Amino acid sequence: MKDWPLWEVFIRSSHGLAHKHVGSLRAADAEMAIGNARDVYTRRNEGVSIWVVRSADIAASSPGDKEPLFDPARSKVYRHPTFFQLIDGVKHM
Amino acid sequence: MYAQMVDTGVQRLRSTEELDGDERHFQERIDAGVRIEPEDWMPDSYRKTLVRQISQHAHSEIVGMLPEGNWITRAPSLLRKATLLAKVQDEGGHGLYLYAAAETLGVSRDDLIDALHEGKAKYSSIFNYPTLTWADIGAIGWLVDGAAIINQIPLCRCSYGPYGRAMVRVCKEESFHQRQGYDIMTVLAQGSAAQRRMAQDALNRWWWPAVMMFGPPDTESVHSAQSAAWRIKLHSNDELRQRFIDQTVPQADLLDLKIPDPDLRWNEARQSYDIGAIDWNEFHAVVRGDGPCNKERLAARRDAWDRGAWVRDAAAAHAEKTTIERKTGETR
Repeated sequence: MKDWPLWEVFIRSSHGLAHKHVGSLRAADAEMAIGNARDVYTRRNEGVSIWVVRSADIAASSPGDKEPLFDPARSKVYRHPTFFQLIDGVKHM
Repeated sequence: MYAQMVDTGVQRLRSTEELDGDERHFQERIDAGVRIEPEDWMPDSYRKTLVRQISQHAHSEIVGMLPEGNWITRAPSLLRKATLLAKVQDEGGHGLYLYAAAETLGVSRDDLIDALHEGKAKYSSIFNYPTLTWADIGAIGWLVDGAAIINQIPLCRCSYGPYGRAMVRVCKEESFHQRQGYDIMTVLAQGSAAQRRMAQDALNRWWWPAVMMFGPPDTESVHSAQSAAWRIKLHSNDELRQRFIDQTVPQADLLDLKIPDPDLRWNEARQSYDIGAIDWNEFHAVVRGDGPCNKERLAARRDAWDRGAWVRDAAAAHAEKTTIERKTGETR
């Protein structure tokens, strides 16, 4: 089994809006990866849909880039609705 | 515990002030409760210790399938059989989460499994005891999984991200294991005289090995200080052992089963139970490889691995063939 690649597993639960990463596993091909993911990650009704992606195909941001990537959003409080004070008496907004 | 006496390769614990550069920054992050992730810098000794600890834990999960697997075909009812199958399947899953966590440290699962099969890697001492009667399946769920939960809940907060997250998943499933074991014991304890004897006999045989699972006493655990500083061990062996005893004794009382320890006493001042002397010679013998089932367990693992070789080869060949077909545009 020397060459079985690593796969990342994403599951959407029945009430979930999006697929969520749950873990990884090894499998020879995509079909086996889905079968294994079903056995390992959905034994207790955790999901209604499975995605598997080869780990090698995922591009990720690096931990060192945290500041340049995410700091700019911190100062933009006006992007949140609660930033704006409503005058008394306004309803349904 | 599931990982016992993990060697840190460190002779003496250095204080944060004695560290410098990357190592100091690393220790400060751990002290501040920041999780270490696979891409982060970490000392070699931390990486190696974690590989030992996580792989030992993973090996324990899959070797732990063997004593219970022994009773799947002989479970007393269809419900008990289905439940035991589900539990043993969970253990396989736990092994997989843990091997995956170990792999994030740059080792390969095949190498870890080879180390187990060559006898170079350890697994928990507890799985080297035989399951002689159906009551043993009850005792394992109640005591062994109960002890495992006590050890694993703190590990959900350990410093290494992938290990902590694997523990969260494991703990969610483990509580079913403990309850189904206690349920087996309850039915036997409330059954016929022969069933009660069977339950008591299982408790007699599993109690001390379960107490020993937490590892040597604090005075003899040489590697604990470094593991504690790295936050990959959050409580001492004796602390966890005491917690297990205090939790389990009242559960035995409720079933009217007797803990096989004539020196067991409630200590009003400590608000804890005092116990008799633990036979550490037995523990060290089992860890050394001289327990009742060490050879049988390893032989069963190697045999399963060898007999599954053709399946692994076939799957790899099939994957290779379909990849070539896709590349050359051929269809079936």
